[in-house]
Amino acid sequence: MPDPIVVLIEDEPQIRRFLRATLTGQGYRLFEAATGADGLVEVGSRQPDVIIIDLGLPDMDGVDVIRRLREWTAVPIIVLSARGQERDKVTALDAGADDYVSKPFGASELVARIRVALRHAAGASHEADEAAFKVGELQVDRLRRHVSLGGTEVRLTPTEYKLLTTLIRHAGKVVTHQQLLREVWGPAHTDQAHYVRIYMAHLRHKLEAEPARPRYLLTEPGVGYRLAAD
Amino acid sequence: MSGERPDPDTLLARAKEEEARKTRGRLKLFFGAAAGVGKTYAMLEAAGELKADGVDVVVGFVETHGRAETEALLGGLEILPPRLVPYRGTTLKEFDLDAALARRPTVILVDELAHSNAEGSRHAKRWQDVLELVGAGIDVYTTINVQHLESLNDLVAKITGVVVRETVPDSVLERADEIELVDLPPDDLIERLQEGKVYVPEQAREAMKNFFRKGNLIALRELALRRTAERVDAQMQAYMRDHAIAKTWPVAERILVCVSPSPQASQLVRAGRRLATRLGAQWIVAYVETPAAAKLPQADRDRVVQTLRLAEQLGAETVTLSGTTMSEELLAYARARNVSRIVIGKPARSFWKRMLLGSIVDALVRGSGEIDIHVVSGEKEADAPKPAMRPASRTAWRAYAEALVVVALCTGIAWLMFPHFGLSNLIMVYLLGVVAVAARSGRGPTAFASLLSVATFDFFFVPPFFSFAVSDTQYLVTFAVMLVVALVISSLTVRIRAQADLARDRERRTAALYAMSHELASTREVDDLLAIAIQHIVDVFPAEVAVLLPDGTGRLTPRTVPAAALHTDAAEQAVAEWVYSHRELAGLGTSTLPGAAALYVPLIGSRGAAGVLGVKPSEPHVFDSPEQLHLLETFANQTALAIERATLADEAQASQVRMETERLRNSLLSSVSHDLRTPLATITGAATTMLESGSRLDQRTQKELLESVRDEAERLNRLVQNLLEMTRLESGAIELRRDWHPLEEVIGAALGRLAKSLGSRRVTVSIPPDLPLVKIDDVLIEQVFVNLLDNAVKYTPPDSAIRIIVTATDQSVTAEVADHGPGLPKGQEARVFEKFFRATPDGRGGAGLGLAICRGVVLAHGGRIWAHNLPEGGVAFLFTLPLTDAAPASVPADA
Repeated sequence: MPDPIVVLIEDEPQIRRFLRATLTGQGYRLFEAATGADGLVEVGSRQPDVIIIDLGLPDMDGVDVIRRLREWTAVPIIVLSARGQERDKVTALDAGADDYVSKPFGASELVARIRVALRHAAGASHEADEAAFKVGELQVDRLRRHVSLGGTEVRLTPTEYKLLTTLIRHAGKVVTHQQLLREVWGPAHTDQAHYVRIYMAHLRHKLEAEPARPRYLLTEPGVGYRLAAD
Repeated sequence: MSGERPDPDTLLARAKEEEARKTRGRLKLFFGAAAGVGKTYAMLEAAGELKADGVDVVVGFVETHGRAETEALLGGLEILPPRLVPYRGTTLKEFDLDAALARRPTVILVDELAHSNAEGSRHAKRWQDVLELVGAGIDVYTTINVQHLESLNDLVAKITGVVVRETVPDSVLERADEIELVDLPPDDLIERLQEGKVYVPEQAREAMKNFFRKGNLIALRELALRRTAERVDAQMQAYMRDHAIAKTWPVAERILVCVSPSPQASQLVRAGRRLATRLGAQWIVAYVETPAAAKLPQADRDRVVQTLRLAEQLGAETVTLSGTTMSEELLAYARARNVSRIVIGKPARSFWKRMLLGSIVDALVRGSGEIDIHVVSGEKEADAPKPAMRPASRTAWRAYAEALVVVALCTGIAWLMFPHFGLSNLIMVYLLGVVAVAARSGRGPTAFASLLSVATFDFFFVPPFFSFAVSDTQYLVTFAVMLVVALVISSLTVRIRAQADLARDRERRTAALYAMSHELASTREVDDLLAIAIQHIVDVFPAEVAVLLPDGTGRLTPRTVPAAALHTDAAEQAVAEWVYSHRELAGLGTSTLPGAAALYVPLIGSRGAAGVLGVKPSEPHVFDSPEQLHLLETFANQTALAIERATLADEAQASQVRMETERLRNSLLSSVSHDLRTPLATITGAATTMLESGSRLDQRTQKELLESVRDEAERLNRLVQNLLEMTRLESGAIELRRDWHPLEEVIGAALGRLAKSLGSRRVTVSIPPDLPLVKIDDVLIEQVFVNLLDNAVKYTPPDSAIRIIVTATDQSVTAEVADHGPGLPKGQEARVFEKFFRATPDGRGGAGLGLAICRGVVLAHGGRIWAHNLPEGGVAFLFTLPLTDAAPASVPADA
């Protein structure tokens, strides 16, 4: 497999410099754009495997760039955004972004996100959903609908199971409340965000050793949930 | 005390006046004995000289009466076009005050100071126009004849037999900076009249027969000369006072003038004024309201009001006293005010009446002691007004009926007693009845009851029975005594009651004033103050009321209460603006802008006009009485002071807030600059070391340096985050996005975020399994937990445990974050939530914002946050979140 191509749309030269060092060092081929317009051109011409975009661009709103991109490409998009802007993150995710990293972030955090994104993109294209999922002590066999924790079977209700498998489909990626509601309860229930929270609490009590300090079912306050991938 | 130095108060008053004079225009009067002496001519001549000197002179209004010499002088001067006022089919020319104010010359000429303006003008009198011009800083030249002076008005009428209606208050003359007497010997004046230089010939002949008789002219000339001399004398005295020349300054005299409702009262007032001027004395005009006065016809009461007004115009202080006996009341007041002379009119009662009832003068003289009594004669001695009979109203008929019933009742009782008691005891029963009637009704029904009692007594109980005939003449004495006793009792009772009514009335006003000032004293908000003031004013004077206060741009905006709101249209607003800028009364019932629907009173505090009080009484004449007007002004003063107090308090508070803000800003700057620089210094240092000598350092050192860069960057990030959060909380920019959340999840997220700094620390979390969802903004509450946990990490030893305990009641959820550290310094449990407060002065902590942010967030959620040291060591931070909203819709059952 050739080196994955990353297009970075970011107006801050310092951040571009640091990411250039990090990503090329990790074996990625990086193409940079300082504006949204340049970014769209760059994505069109480079056919990247991952797009990294900053929401605060000088010429256009980052969310608009994401919408424009999603009109014709399904390439994973990772958003760079500051903490305290949870609403913007949700908007970007709803517009089609796959994940986000809060500024300031460490190199390892970003690289992990890129890896998850690449894995999902690869999975969606050729490999069908892997039937077996494993993280830490948690094992889920989706063919047999079997959930176990450290070898002991855990009994889940149908909704809990559906919620868990939805999270597994997006493992390692953030999933918004809306997304979970839509995929688990159906489009009619998207204004009942507390359903998700209650069932997440149930799942944690069944799957986590310390529900108040979860290892697998992580919360992203104001945005949604993330199932730990490794 | 030394009498050689001028009195400091007087000096102060003079200094103030001098100060006012500097901003005021100068008023110059051309004063003459009669028309035709050449005042206008002299004035125009003076104006011509000014113009020649290059002074900006404008003729505001000059009446030439067709005199050629005068008209010739007008030639070279700028003339302000007159205001044309349509009046009963013709057009009147009036002085245009607004145009004059707009033109703003240095000197303006306004002829005929005594002129009455046409209806609809701003002021009723031209002298008011002139005073406004002077007040606006414009010098005014004007003319006046001696017969127009208010205090000489009646003298002139006596001399010439012509009553002059257009008068000017003497105070205007006194305010003049300069008076130029224009004098012409009577013979010359008559000659000029005959030559037709004053009036056209027919008019001149008519005038010479009446007003311009030589005798009149001599007398008027003498008056004018004397008046001018008096003024020169006053100037001389002022000069002497300024230079403390007077060795024996006369003891200040004070004169009390007592007026009655008689038409001669105004003469009495003028006489008092002349006496006061001659003596250089203060003077007071008093009217005594006796119970009898309450029954006076409206015309007489109006006359009293007019007399008191005249007195005020002439510069007197006026007062209305109330009491039963006029002389006692007057003497008591005179003593209280240190009055040296009392001026009173010649008694109007005829000789035999005086013998019978006594006269006020006699009573005054008897009781006056050291006070001099001046008895001044009136011209035509009219009878003192008699109390008019009140028309018998329905209530009066009822009183008579009651009297009848009472007498019938007495007769019944007497009839029962008759066989057992003597006649004298029966009389007592009747007397008791009469007293009962007197206590309830007026004089009429009581007299009726008395007569009826005598009649029935005679009819039923005096032999021969059932007949009005009297067998024994000695019963006639009984009847007479019975009648007299009944009448005296009734008259006394009635008088006491009237007295009580008057007292109650006064009491009510005083109480209202007291109540208002009391309530105002305990109020801070201007809007509340106004509502209270308006309410109290309306309680005393049924009226529509508005208080107009200047807004930010200085424009007056009305504040009202809905129950009695005075609506001010543009015209009314203009009146209010005038009152505000001139700080004088105007509008309904005054001589300035009397066409207005309401009376406007300036709200004058110690720092100038605070606003204007507009009052439209439901009974239009209520403020014609000076006493009522004074009461209203007292209300206005109270209100003004209260408003001023409130604004001062607001200003003080605002400046307090400014100081506090300033202090905070300074402490923020010093704190932030320190907290920003420390990590930056570390980062810069580490980075430059790596750049310059990275290759020579061993791997461990390199790693250490890089780790310190990362850690300091994280610290910087936290600080900036906190600063942003705090700013958003304080500016109110934070909008809670509340939803239903399990606290466990929020705590989990916080612990996840702090995973690295918590390291291997033991954290125990205890949450009841049935804890309901809480409606919170999860991002902010997570931040609260993060800050509290971060605090615990920073201030406790690295291996000590932290515990989180959540408990719930029906109303609220309480979360507790407790550590095993050193605890808070004693007495600082509350202060730790203040901004920029640090329990330890070393650099371990942040900027002292974390807990302040926690408090901000918890308060925004309607909760409470506090801290206390634990008995076993360590500190516990606790906060509550209310459980007020209904729980969310239940989760659909799991299939």
